[in-house]
Amino acid sequence: MTTTKRPTIAEELIRQYVGIIPHVAELGMETMHAARGMAIMKLPYQERLVGNPETGVIHGGAVTTLIDTVCGLAVITAPDEPSRVATLDLRIDYLRPATPLRDLYARAEVYKLTRHVAFLRAEAYEDDPRDLVAAATGTFMFVRRNAARKGLSKP
Amino acid sequence: MSAVPPTLADMVRTAREAGDINRFIGAIPYARFLGISASAEGGVLTARLASSDKIIGNPALPAIHGGVVGAFLETTAILQLLWTLDSIRIPKTITITIDYLRTAGPHETFARAEVTKLGSRVANVRAYAWQADVAKPVSGANANFLITPAHEEPNG
Repeated sequence: MTTTKRPTIAEELIRQYVGIIPHVAELGMETMHAARGMAIMKLPYQERLVGNPETGVIHGGAVTTLIDTVCGLAVITAPDEPSRVATLDLRIDYLRPATPLRDLYARAEVYKLTRHVAFLRAEAYEDDPRDLVAAATGTFMFVRRNAARKGLSKP
Repeated sequence: MSAVPPTLADMVRTAREAGDINRFIGAIPYARFLGISASAEGGVLTARLASSDKIIGNPALPAIHGGVVGAFLETTAILQLLWTLDSIRIPKTITITIDYLRTAGPHETFARAEVTKLGSRVANVRAYAWQADVAKPVSGANANFLITPAHEEPNG
């Protein structure tokens, strides 16, 4: 016998994450994993993301978009259900060109969460998670859902 | 007999000769998809990102997706480099750091970039984007690019 548990607000948000962000829905991104400050998302290869039509390699900006998106998802899965997430900064190292026609994946992990700031590391790759296309660090501001509810959102 | 399609290098040359960077931008699928265009005044380009529903990241605010703003800044930096350099090779991004300063609303966005250091192999570029007020940037970026000196290019 199974018991049905009501999804928490965070679980519901994770389920809807791709659909509620118009640009992410437009690109057909998929959530592969999202729990406890760690998330993996997929960006399917598509011609309109190509930055160099001679090679078919996708534009660095599309990699940035995937990384920003997966970082945001990792933050909202962190403890205490952070909400109202905003990117403060993002640094991306491009280690090699993405391979044409291959789907791109990105993994993000919150390695430190303070009262208002989440610090993340993220990586983008195709088939092999050790063969990186890009490595990134990001900082995100957020309001804790519990704090927001209690009106404790001010510093 | 089919014509040989122009190469990216050809597009760079054509754009420079015509004084219209859009001839190059039009060859980049991703720039077309986002709705990027640019105009040149003297040696300085002003890039424009058209407002559209498909680039929205937060529909509640609403705001343009941070990744799109970053892509716009990176593209502006590359375009300014192509406008500044003699090389016809497309600069390769090594690193980019993007600062998000204000919400980028669902409006037209503009960007400019300045080449802060031009070395023989690496160029450092700073870019910033704004909407209604140039004095209130929505985002800024600092990026390093790998460049090819003009004398090292085949058919340079």
